[in-house]
Amino acid sequence: MNKVISIKVCMGTGGIAAGGVEVMSSFERACAAAGMPATVEKNCSMHKVGCRGFCARDVLVDVVINGNKATYQYIKPDMVERIVNEHLMGGAPVADWLVKDDYHTFHDKQVKVVLSDCGEVDPEDIDSYISREGYEATKKVLMTMTPREAIDVIKASGLRGRGGAGFPTAVKWDMAIKAPGPTKYLICNADEGDPGAFMDRSVVEGNPHAVLEGMIIGAYAIGAPYGYVYIRAEYPLAVERLRLAIKQARERGFLGKNILGKGFDFMIKVKLGAGAFVCGEETALIASIEGKRGQPRAKPPFPVQKGLWGYPTIINNVETLANVPYIMRKGAAWYAGMGTEKSKGTKVFALTGKILNSGLIEVPMGIPLREIIYDIGGGIEGGRKLKAVQTGGPSGGCIPAGMVDTPVDYESLGKVGSIMGSGGMVVLDETDCMVNMAKYFLEFTKSESCGKCVPCRVGTKRLLEILTRITEGKGRKGDIDLLETLSSDVKTSSLCGLGQTAPNPILSTIKYYRDEYEAHINEKRCPAGVCKDLLTYSIIEAACTGCTACARVCPVSAITGERKKPHVINQDLCIKCGACFDKCRFKAIKKG
Amino acid sequence: MEKKLEGILARYHENEGNLISILQDLESEFGYLREDAIYWISERLDVPPAKFYGIATFYAQFHLKPRGKNVITACCGTACHVKGSARLIDSLLKELKIPHGEDTSEDLKFTVEKVNCVGACSIAPVIIINKTVHGKVTSEMLMKEMKTLKAGEQQQAHSAK
Repeated sequence: MNKVISIKVCMGTGGIAAGGVEVMSSFERACAAAGMPATVEKNCSMHKVGCRGFCARDVLVDVVINGNKATYQYIKPDMVERIVNEHLMGGAPVADWLVKDDYHTFHDKQVKVVLSDCGEVDPEDIDSYISREGYEATKKVLMTMTPREAIDVIKASGLRGRGGAGFPTAVKWDMAIKAPGPTKYLICNADEGDPGAFMDRSVVEGNPHAVLEGMIIGAYAIGAPYGYVYIRAEYPLAVERLRLAIKQARERGFLGKNILGKGFDFMIKVKLGAGAFVCGEETALIASIEGKRGQPRAKPPFPVQKGLWGYPTIINNVETLANVPYIMRKGAAWYAGMGTEKSKGTKVFALTGKILNSGLIEVPMGIPLREIIYDIGGGIEGGRKLKAVQTGGPSGGCIPAGMVDTPVDYESLGKVGSIMGSGGMVVLDETDCMVNMAKYFLEFTKSESCGKCVPCRVGTKRLLEILTRITEGKGRKGDIDLLETLSSDVKTSSLCGLGQTAPNPILSTIKYYRDEYEAHINEKRCPAGVCKDLLTYSIIEAACTGCTACARVCPVSAITGERKKPHVINQDLCIKCGACFDKCRFKAIKKG
Repeated sequence: MEKKLEGILARYHENEGNLISILQDLESEFGYLREDAIYWISERLDVPPAKFYGIATFYAQFHLKPRGKNVITACCGTACHVKGSARLIDSLLKELKIPHGEDTSEDLKFTVEKVNCVGACSIAPVIIINKTVHGKVTSEMLMKEMKTLKAGEQQQAHSAK
C-alpha cells in the first residue's frame, strides 16, 4: 500500500469560515489513527462547486491518490473519518459526497491563467509554487532578456491594466524605463476597495508568489530597486501569506540584492491600508504610503513622472502583475491568442448576487455575458428572472437582462454604459430595486469621498439626498432631470476617478429603468418591493393559522395574537426587517 | 501605558514607519485612539496632534471612542446588500439598543460596525461576531446569536457581583 496521497483543503477566508481548519485537523487525526502517511497541505481552492459558490459549498476537499484527483464538497469534520477509511484506505471514494456534474459545467467555459495555480499550490510553501514552474519566468527574463525586451513581450501580449481602467501595461512600463534616475518604485495595488470584489484577495491568499514574480519582472523591466504592496488591512489572511511569501522569496534569492547574480536589486515592503476606498486611486495611495491623509492630487504630473516621495513610480493591480509570469513562461502570442482584438487574455470576475453558482471565475475576454450567467453561473437562484448585471462596482453601471448577449470586453461594456471595473459582477433579479441600488452606491461613494474637491464632496452628498428622498416616497417632479444634470456636473469637474465615476450607477439605472424612478416619484411605489418606507408588512387574515412563528421571530414584538387565531402586525412598532415574511410557512404575510 | 507607547515608538523608528503605522499600533494596543496616547507620541516626535487627528479622522479603521466588549462587524458589500444586509443591520441596532448615530451601546458591551466588504461574497450576507465569520445569515440566526451574547454578558455581570 505505497500510495502517494495528498489531501487539499480549501483554506481561503471563505473556506476557513466554513470550517476548513477543523476539517483539516480531522484529516490529520483520522490519518494518524489509520497509520497513513499523508501530506495534509493547505491551499486555497478556487474551484467552485455548483449552487452557491465555493465558499457556500462548505469545505471543498481534493483527495489526490497517485495523481488521481477526486473532489469532495460540503465536507464537515464528522465526515472525514469515513473518507479516510473508505477512500484513502479502501480505495473507494464516497460517491455521494463527491462533486456532481454541475461542478464541471461551472468550469467548462472558464480559462484559468491567473487562477491556474490557485487551488493547486500551497500558498505558504514556495517549493509548492516552484514545483509548478514557479520563478521560471523570473529566471527566463533576468537571464535571457534585457529590460526593453521584457517590455516588448508585454506589449505584444496586449496586457491591459486589470484594476479597472484597462490602460496598456507596456505603455506604462515604457514611460517608466525612460524616466530618469536610479530611484524608482513599483507598487502593487492590492487595496481592492470595490464592495463585492474579492479577486485580488483570492490571488494573494491562494498564490502570492505569482504576484511577487510579476513584481520582480516588472521592477527589472522598469529599473526599480524598491517595491511596495499596498494591501487593505481588511484582508488579514492575505497579508499574512504575502509577508511569508516575501520572506521565503528573499531566502531563496529571488528578492534582495543581486538577484540571480544579474546585478539587479529589488526589495518589497508591505504597507497596510487603513480603510479608505479612495486610496485605491494612485495618487491617494501614494499619499497614504507617505503617511498622510489619502487625498488625490491633480494629474499631470503622473506618478511615473513624480510619484512616491517625488520619484518615478508605477502602480499596477494584483491581477495585472499575476498575469506577467504566465505571459513570460508561455509567450506573448499565447496570451494574445485569447480574448478579442482590443481586449486580450482573460479576466477574473467575482460572480455574486442572485446567481445560482456564485464564486470566483476566470474567462476569456469577449465571452458573451449570457454564457457567464447561464452556463457558468447556472442561472438565477430560486427560479426567478434575471433583471440586470452590475459591473464595475460603485464606478460602474447595470447591464439589463435584454442586453445579456453583450460580450464582456472593455469596449463593449463601455458602449452599453458600464465599465469592466476590477471584476465585481453582481447579478440582480426582479426582487432588486434599481433606485435602491443607485442609492446604495452613492451612500458608499459619498462616505468615501475624501472631501478635497467641491464637485465630489458636495455633489455626492446632494445626489444621495435626492435618491434618499425618492426611496422614502418624497420624490418630486423634476428629480430625474436634476439627478442627470448634477451627475453630469460631478463627472466632468471632479478631481479624481472617485468623483468622476460616482454618478455612473445613477446614470445607468435612469437610462434603463426610468420607469422605476417614475413609480417611486409619481406613485410612491417601489415595484420591486424593497424600499422600506414604501412598504408595509401585513398579515392576511384568511391565510393566517395563528401558529405564532412570526411573533416569535419579531425582534420588536410588533406581532400579537392568540394561538390558532389570526395575528396582527402593529405598524407603529414594525421596523420592516422582514423576519416574519421569511418565517411564515403559510404565505400569510403580505409585503406591499 | 508609557511602556507600551515606548515600544510603539521604537518600532516606528526601527521599521521606518509612518504616522499611519503608529496609529494602527495604537488602535491595536488600546482598542481605540486614546487622547493621552496621541499627545504623548506627538510630543516626542514633535508632530502636532492635529496632524495625527487629520489622519485618524480620514481612515475608517481608526476609532476615537472606546469600542464595545463584543464587536459585531456587518458587511455592507454589494453582494451582502443585495442579500438583505440592511435589514439585518437595522435589527441588530435595535436589538442591542445602540443609540441613533452611534455604533456602540451605552454600557460599552456591544459595537456594531459596518464595513465595506469582507470579501466573502459567495456566502453573503456576512456578519462577523467577535472575529468569527458567519455566512448566509438570516434574521432568525442573527437574533439567536444576539440573545446568546446578551445572556452571556448578563451572566458575567451576575457572577461579578
